[in-house]
Amino acid sequence: MLARRNAVLVLMGVELMLNAVNINLVAFDAAFRDVLHGGQTLALFTIVIAAAEIGLALAIVLLVFRTHGHIDLDRLRDLADRDLPADATASPDAEDAR
Amino acid sequence: MTAVEAVFLLLAAIAVVSAVLVVSTPHLVHAALWLVVTLGAVAGVFLVLAAEFVAWVQVLIYVGAVVVLLLFALMLTRAPTGPQPDLTVRRWAPAAFVGLLVAVLLGATVVAGFQDVRIDLDQAVVGSAEVTGETVFRRWVLPFEVLSVLLLAALVGAIVLSRMRGADEPGEADCCRCGGRCCWPACCSGSASTACWRAATPCWC
Repeated sequence: MLARRNAVLVLMGVELMLNAVNINLVAFDAAFRDVLHGGQTLALFTIVIAAAEIGLALAIVLLVFRTHGHIDLDRLRDLADRDLPADATASPDAEDAR
Repeated sequence: MTAVEAVFLLLAAIAVVSAVLVVSTPHLVHAALWLVVTLGAVAGVFLVLAAEFVAWVQVLIYVGAVVVLLLFALMLTRAPTGPQPDLTVRRWAPAAFVGLLVAVLLGATVVAGFQDVRIDLDQAVVGSAEVTGETVFRRWVLPFEVLSVLLLAALVGAIVLSRMRGADEPGEADCCRCGGRCCWPACCSGSASTACWRAATPCWC
């Protein structure tokens, strides 16, 4: 997830990590014989939250694609703390053209 | 080793290998397809761990919805289908090191804490739809309702975000109707609707 440049691939990494959490929850639910099934219920909640997260994140990714024309995370530097004021006045189109 | 353990180990190995492939393959679409394999294997793990309902929810929501959403996003962002060597950053080794470190740390914690615990699945209560539903709607009703509000908020947020216009995109005044479809900006000059389709991305006004 840290090494990917495509935003959608980073989201795939997030989904993988949430799945790891789910496996832990279900495994401990089975290990502790939870009569309330807290682990499985929390795993369900995690799945729902992951679905909400992926929907929002993909909306953001599509918005970024519409405004920038790419979703390369290394090149998205609109909020970077630049030293040169001349750079700051340059339009973001110049950065896209690079 | 019982048959259940053998199946569990097989599914876990499939999940781990395909998860590594998700984060390392140079093909964008292959990553999404390996994600399907991973999520399916994890659903199998859930089945082995007597969490039947969670397994089917996993299949329905993750494999059915999330992966389709990811593939749609790849399609809409015009992802190339060939291999892309620049998909990962050049200095991927530190990232891999951090990932490995976290994995070793968490794995060591689990192993140290639960060294000799073996989950006996023979008498485990299967988390069928009946059992899970009773738990969710008796004990966990309030979190469940909060979660539904969260889902609603995410839905509204996604709609608002996808309808938002960038600064350089045309407003309603720049749009014109052309061939029954709203396009921008140069389609007003061309009378044929084919020119309109080729002209630009559609905007909704």
